Amino acid sequence: MVVWTAEERVAIQEVFSRLDFESVGLETLTRCLTVYPWTQRYFGSFGNLYSAEAIMANPKVKAHGVVVLKGLEMAFNNMDNIKATFASLSELHSEKLQVDPGNFQLLGDCLTVVIASRMRTEFTAEIQAAWQKFLAVVIAALRRQYY
Amino acid sequence: MLSKAEKELLAQIWEQMLPVAEEVGSDALLRMFTTCPKTKTYFSHLDVSAKSPYLRKHGKKIVEALAEGAKNISTLASTLAPLSRFHAYQLRIHPTNFKLFNHCMLVALACHMGDNFTPVAHAAQDKFLSAFSAVLAEKFR
Repeated sequence: MVVWTAEERVAIQEVFSRLDFESVGLETLTRCLTVYPWTQRYFGSFGNLYSAEAIMANPKVKAHGVVVLKGLEMAFNNMDNIKATFASLSELHSEKLQVDPGNFQLLGDCLTVVIASRMRTEFTAEIQAAWQKFLAVVIAALRRQYY
Repeated sequence: MLSKAEKELLAQIWEQMLPVAEEVGSDALLRMFTTCPKTKTYFSHLDVSAKSPYLRKHGKKIVEALAEGAKNISTLASTLAPLSRFHAYQLRIHPTNFKLFNHCMLVALACHMGDNFTPVAHAAQDKFLSAFSAVLAEKFR
């Protein structure tokens, strides 16, 4: 059972209130596909991913960025039961999409970097700690159905 | 594998970080200690609280070492030889901690540079920090 302190809930709420899903989603996915190019293997149908510029301009990447952040929002809205909330998403990623779960951490790290570049000094070490704890719980929930 | 353009970009960025070495370096360290308290076990005899003189001094040292490495990336192994020996024989840090620090350094760079920390710069820095850590851990066994 994950226990969230009041400060952690406030910190995570603060981060979410700053998230423009379209812009942050697009930049996060762009960074993931650029910094960790092997992740492109899951996006064969997305077309042009040949450079950071091309990825940023790709409408499929933009749309998918929103999908990912909406998934995170679902976790945020069910913070006391992320494991159960994500059961079917976990199955989707393991059975259908067959994503190597190591990549979840990489996407999460890219999202954290994007948030840092937007919030700058307001993204304090304490807020970062709460945010990373949230991401860790989400990632663990996503990994759950893998055998 | 770093391209010529990436190496130039890295040398440029780290040159810009030198005047704010204390600020950026101590920020990265503080983030690591706060997000991952087990990393403090290597500093149990020191004051690593926010804004402590040790934290600022140590952060500065780290950024200066990174900037030195970035000046000539092709000779990283020889530039870092003394530091490499130090990390292997004296510090004996568990290797997973390098990744934790590197991530916090990326976050510190993002906070400091904002939009200027582009996806291309991010990719180059991630590769550089990985290569740097690999040299530091080279003599571990």
